[in-house]
Amino acid sequence: MDTFLHMGGYAFYVWTSYALALLILSLNWVMPRRALRNRWRDLLRREQLSTGKSV
Amino acid sequence: MFNALHRLSSPPTFFAFAGRVLPWLMGGALLLITLGVYQGLVVAPPDYQQGDSYRIMFVHVPSAWMSLFIYMVMAGAGVIALVWRIKLAEVIASASAPIGASFTFLTLVTGSLWGKPMWGAWWVWDARLTSELILLFLYLGYMGLESAIPDKRSAARATAILALVGSVNIPIIHFSVEWWNTLHQGATVTKLGAPSIHPSMLLPLLLMAVGFKLFYFASLLVRARCQMLEREQRSSWVSALVKEAI
Repeated sequence: MDTFLHMGGYAFYVWTSYALALLILSLNWVMPRRALRNRWRDLLRREQLSTGKSV
Repeated sequence: MFNALHRLSSPPTFFAFAGRVLPWLMGGALLLITLGVYQGLVVAPPDYQQGDSYRIMFVHVPSAWMSLFIYMVMAGAGVIALVWRIKLAEVIASASAPIGASFTFLTLVTGSLWGKPMWGAWWVWDARLTSELILLFLYLGYMGLESAIPDKRSAARATAILALVGSVNIPIIHFSVEWWNTLHQGATVTKLGAPSIHPSMLLPLLLMAVGFKLFYFASLLVRARCQMLEREQRSSWVSALVKEAI
């Protein structure tokens, strides 16, 4: 396990690369999802306001 | 085929279709990327010259491929938007830009992290590196131009022209390692003839490449659905969807 984490002395370079990839991919998934959810909620709220219905 | 495409380009059909395929795309992306990371970090042997540092390749190279591929999608969708004024093409082009910029950034940073131990420098003004940096500026310029024009439809036309002009950079990036004497190594996979890479290293590379591609489509469809809802908020299909949900 230690040799695996050590990456033949290149631990910093290898692990930073993979961590950054994980971070960038996650952001590209989480942020659009959140934007879509917010947009949808906004549309629902507007519809409720205009019809006076509550949920 | 064209009939199916034409039907799909209608916003409500696209919105529903994207919602249906999204879980599959994201599931496939997660599966392939997990397998690829495992194969790349654990199973593949160290390189005889570069030791374990070469494992950065499994993120760097697929990410670089994506940076070029997404730009071509963006420019292609831009042409369709310019010629036929199809709303879905405008949305696809615009939603691709931030993902493309992300992959280009990831390519540059992982390249830097690989360059430091192997070349002894974080950055060199090599043809490959410089043209990839220009690609990042093209993506950022695209996003800047888009946000500077309030009307979505005219923004789509202006950005399509920018994307089209910038696409001359794509072959330059690809062939830079052949046209100029670069520090960056040449192609080992995307060339004529058999790839000069051992199968144990090619497998994780391809898993990651396909995984990244599926991920791009998944992220693209979420962004595109969001943009569609925004652009079409006054249309009857959106209000029908909203009424149905309440």
